[in-house]
Amino acid sequence: MSGVPLFPEAPTLRLAKARGPASSMLTWVATVDHKKIGIMYLVVSLIFFLAGGVEALLMRIQLAIPGNSFLSPGTYNQIFTMHGTTMVFLVGMPVLTGMANYLVPLMIGAKDVALPRMNALSLWLLVFGGLFLYFSFLAGGAPSAGWFSYAPLSEKAYSSSQGLDYYALGLFILGIGSIVAAINLIATIILFRAPGMSIRRLPLFVWMVFITQFLVLLALPALNASVCMLLMDRLLNANFFVTASGGSALLWQHFFWTFGHPEVYILVLPAFGMISEVIPVFSGKVIYGYEFVAGSTVAIAVLSFLVWAHHMFAVGMGHPIDTIFAIGSMLIAVPTGIKIFNWIATMWGGAIRFTTAMLFAVGFLVMFTIGGLSGVSFAAFPIDWQVTDTYYLVAHLHYVLFGGTIFAVSAGVYYWFPKMTGRLLSERLGKQHFWIMLIGFNLTFFDQHLLGIIGMPRRVFTYPDLPAWGTMNMISTIGAFIMGVAVLVFAWNILSSLLHGEIAGDNPWNAWTLEWATSSPPPEENFDLLPPIRSRRPLWDLAHPDDPDWKHGH
Amino acid sequence: MQGGSILNPTSALAHPIAHLFLIVGVIMAAIFVLVTMLVLYACVRFRSKDNQIEPRQNHGNAVLEIAWTVAPLLLLVYIFTITVQAMHRSDPDASENRPPDMAIVGHQWWWEARYLTSGVLAANEIHVPVGKLFLVRLESADVIHDWWVPQLGRKMDAIPGRPNLFWLEADLPGTYLGTCAEYCGAEHAWMRIRVIAESQADFERWTAQQLAIPSVASLTGDAGSGSQIFQRLTCSNCHSISGLQANITIGPDLTHIAGRQTLGGGVLVNTPENLAKWLKNPQAVKPESLMPDFELTNDQVRDLTAYLETLQ
Repeated sequence: MSGVPLFPEAPTLRLAKARGPASSMLTWVATVDHKKIGIMYLVVSLIFFLAGGVEALLMRIQLAIPGNSFLSPGTYNQIFTMHGTTMVFLVGMPVLTGMANYLVPLMIGAKDVALPRMNALSLWLLVFGGLFLYFSFLAGGAPSAGWFSYAPLSEKAYSSSQGLDYYALGLFILGIGSIVAAINLIATIILFRAPGMSIRRLPLFVWMVFITQFLVLLALPALNASVCMLLMDRLLNANFFVTASGGSALLWQHFFWTFGHPEVYILVLPAFGMISEVIPVFSGKVIYGYEFVAGSTVAIAVLSFLVWAHHMFAVGMGHPIDTIFAIGSMLIAVPTGIKIFNWIATMWGGAIRFTTAMLFAVGFLVMFTIGGLSGVSFAAFPIDWQVTDTYYLVAHLHYVLFGGTIFAVSAGVYYWFPKMTGRLLSERLGKQHFWIMLIGFNLTFFDQHLLGIIGMPRRVFTYPDLPAWGTMNMISTIGAFIMGVAVLVFAWNILSSLLHGEIAGDNPWNAWTLEWATSSPPPEENFDLLPPIRSRRPLWDLAHPDDPDWKHGH
Repeated sequence: MQGGSILNPTSALAHPIAHLFLIVGVIMAAIFVLVTMLVLYACVRFRSKDNQIEPRQNHGNAVLEIAWTVAPLLLLVYIFTITVQAMHRSDPDASENRPPDMAIVGHQWWWEARYLTSGVLAANEIHVPVGKLFLVRLESADVIHDWWVPQLGRKMDAIPGRPNLFWLEADLPGTYLGTCAEYCGAEHAWMRIRVIAESQADFERWTAQQLAIPSVASLTGDAGSGSQIFQRLTCSNCHSISGLQANITIGPDLTHIAGRQTLGGGVLVNTPENLAKWLKNPQAVKPESLMPDFELTNDQVRDLTAYLETLQ
């Protein structure tokens, strides 16, 4: 039941009554409910996040001192390959799809997604693809050519174990799951909006998810085609990427980054969306410049397809091509900068409540800014000629994908957990989680910028004992274990709050979007009654009948 | 030996990049400080207080938003301009028909260097005369590698079937450390580079010494039997030694192995003890290296080491 006072005379949409709760395992396995599927996506991502995190810690142990022999080179290379592949395909993408799955129908006032059974299919393809990929450890060795699997190293002649076959097939399965999920979310957002929820009134999280799904729809087929070609090379001697037989090793890189660069935005745009929900609510202010924030998302999406070769400045493409890709890459900084300034302007003049969700959002603003700015230094490509494929790049990508995406997702989890479970996460544990994570994260990754600058390449299982290399790697390793502690605090917070957390109520944060107009957790078909939707903030309008947003034309 | 920092350039090709990096770095740091100060100020100044009235709802301001769209754009135009300048200075176009001075070939996991005018064949340690621009043709024998000596300039990928050209130059004498920077398989970590820059006279002396063909006939004792073992076993299927047989570069040329600073792509310092350790079982020193463990006896190792140590 909604706890929001509804106007009896307001136009409302009557939806089906919820059926009673069922608790058996089968209701989860066989469910087509977007909320259960969304939660399962999140649980699967969390499990793989722990696996990828353990892989990261193993790497950091190996790199703690120069010349360490904790892991053999073969094992180290399998582990760094699986760390990257896991974090991109089994954590980053599914955690965002899971959040979108859970939230999009609620935020647009729908009962479910447009294609509930396809929704279940995408989830189970994720589970299957993930287990399939990890099965490679038992089947003669995980893939070890990096998450990017550059040819010809990934070809049979140089990677003869079956790991790469598991990689190609696993990514293919996951790719189908992602494409199906994208079709579903696009159809849902186009067709299932409640009356009054026009495209221009979409909450920014929904808007950014919407744009992101087009990236998925265009980018993932490129990856799937590429891994098919790789598999044909490996199993059928097709020689697409075998230079010695008339193929082109470089072609793989163009294909892979045609997928790979939009993928970066697939991993950050929904995170931007969460930040765009959390910052306004905890600042007590409407988002500053909705049109600019939404429009800049479209600009980023379009540009993301025009910059793939900036991953390839070191391959010797020649000055004209380097220059063209530098222009596109620099341009992306502009719409990204717009967002940062609009979020700060949203906080400006507000009444900021420092909940854990808001702390993570503020942490995101600063950490992501570091990642974005170091990104510009790669677009000034003579700098890229020096620092690409070094620890400087490792630092950059983690400031974007961890300081960016994972911080934003953490903000989102603290914000929406009460909606999903009916209980608040502990703020005390949450604040510990945030501060320990912030310290551990910066200890781990900030000095990696410097390591790259003084000459340490990435993807090395060990390194010579050069001045400062050992010390700085040790600092990184200590930081990584501090991050590990933060993750344990987070996991404990989830478990203990599920059992003993404070009861949330329908709208614990005084938020304004539709998901807060129903009970926590929502009934099976989400809403008993919908409030009138006459602006981007229907619940604000209800609470402020004297100053509703629609009076301002929003 | 010099440190390996890109901010400590010792080449006319690396200076413009370090300079660009400093300018861009200062701009980035300034923006970071601006953003962080704004965020922190907002956090302190606009923290919710007890009994606070609801803040004014500000839906945006097109003029301000256009301002923070255009300002970064102008800054980027400037960065782009200095980027293009740095590109030309750090990676000048080679004039048409300029023949390369050197061919460098990346192998799993070592570097082969051929001096195209003198015919010298080197591995992992590349000597250059100070102040002379070498045009290098970069190739790969197997997978993609990447040439990177931070103090001397840009990286360049070594791609099979697609040779790349790049310039190599050092302003000051010294040993410059570098490494393969593109992941190339199991022993990517031990594919280190040393560029030794020396005076023209020293370089010519080194070249002459590299061209000398060692004599096998004069060898006696352990070294003599070592040379016999080298020819009798399969060593020469992968390694060549001038005077013994034709050019085979599956493994590094050993004609002057004793004069090198390191072994195994940088994994060991080149001492007789380490050479013996390598010969005894390369797989224990550099696992998955393409040189198998030949299960040599201790006597064979002693003799081979004695022989190889004569190859100065």
